[in-house]
Amino acid sequence: MNTQVEDPEKLAAFEDRIARGEKIEPNDWMPAEYRKQLIRMIEQHAHSEIVGALPEGTWITRAPNFRRKLALIAKVQDEIGHGQLLYSAAETLGKTREQMLEDLINGKSKYSNVFNYPAKTWADIAVIGFLVDGAAIVNQVINSKGSYGPYCRALERICYEESFHLKQGHDNVVYLATGTPKQRAILQDAINRWYRPLLHFFGPSDKASVHSEKLMKWKIKLASNDDMRNQFLDQYVPKILELGLTFPDPNLRKNDDGIWEFSDPNWDEFFEVIKGNGPCNAERIAVRKYAEEAGRWVRQALLNPSDKYVTPLA
Amino acid sequence: METLDPRIQRLDLKKLADGETHTNSHLVTYEVFHQEKRGKQPTHVGIVHASTPEIALMYAKEQYSRRGKTANLWVVKTSEVYTFASEDEDVFETTPEKTFRDPAFYKVRDRIEAYRLKNNQ
Repeated sequence: MNTQVEDPEKLAAFEDRIARGEKIEPNDWMPAEYRKQLIRMIEQHAHSEIVGALPEGTWITRAPNFRRKLALIAKVQDEIGHGQLLYSAAETLGKTREQMLEDLINGKSKYSNVFNYPAKTWADIAVIGFLVDGAAIVNQVINSKGSYGPYCRALERICYEESFHLKQGHDNVVYLATGTPKQRAILQDAINRWYRPLLHFFGPSDKASVHSEKLMKWKIKLASNDDMRNQFLDQYVPKILELGLTFPDPNLRKNDDGIWEFSDPNWDEFFEVIKGNGPCNAERIAVRKYAEEAGRWVRQALLNPSDKYVTPLA
Repeated sequence: METLDPRIQRLDLKKLADGETHTNSHLVTYEVFHQEKRGKQPTHVGIVHASTPEIALMYAKEQYSRRGKTANLWVVKTSEVYTFASEDEDVFETTPEKTFRDPAFYKVRDRIEAYRLKNNQ
């Protein structure tokens, strides 16, 4: 962690304010490390929304009926909108949206690993809509109680819209689960493939990390990775099991103390995917880069050279 | 590139992926205000990036009126908005102390009761 020395008086006032439950706003004094960590986190979240829409977007033309197609179009539009809201929140901290988009393409900043896995069949869209969005909501609801005002406001709006994603995802899962044997089979196959990335979603165990302690004190991070993962399993495992479907893990069970146990999900794979070696990393970045290059002439045509950029207010 | 997606197979990804990227120039931001119904106050909801107010309104419609009711949207260039410095927040500190501005400050019932008692009313 950054060891930059901050003015102790200002730092104390800042930490008191957070301890009292007040929000920090863009023009308030904040430690450099707070700003840096927030930019990293919000930017990564924004990229995840944009990249997450890519595998879903390509299924719009192959949706099985008109109702599903309408829902998927709406969901994908929401995800891009969420990306925009989050870029705006990060932008209030002093990094421009253009720089963030640039850093996504050049690999300097990351996005959620879960979006580096392929959506092979329509059942993947159901599982993404239900379980990946479910996991994201667990994370976002917790983070919306954080200390940075613009991020909290963006998350509140996002959570409200994500609840539709979750419901339509559940609806989709239930229809496949109660459909033909073929439909059940592709759904079970999708669950089997997404199980491990979903366990990876909240990151490795971080209980003992000093890094986490400071982020928790500043209310940038509000729950440990393990706690969030446990909450997710608690909410969603029963909803899959009640449909007579299974998870590909004989050790998945809830202990009497409410803690879920599961087999080691192979964290080496997790770190390989972060490094860029997942099944879809190259494709996701290439598509994003294509959009950037192919759309440049439009953005340039729109540009007004006399405009002076200022950081947004809230 | 190996891909499962038919749309992506149709893109000529190779050609563009080999080119270098350039940082774009910044589009300025507009602050967006959303009015839910006629008669209600417009409320600040966020920003959009745009080069003209007309485009800002179009993006604001996409971003801030996808659900629920909307009567109107306003956009104002961020650079045209003036605010107090956040460290000047203390200029508002004494306002809650000015209780003489509140209707609840004016309590006369005790005095009336005392008057009536004294005059045997």
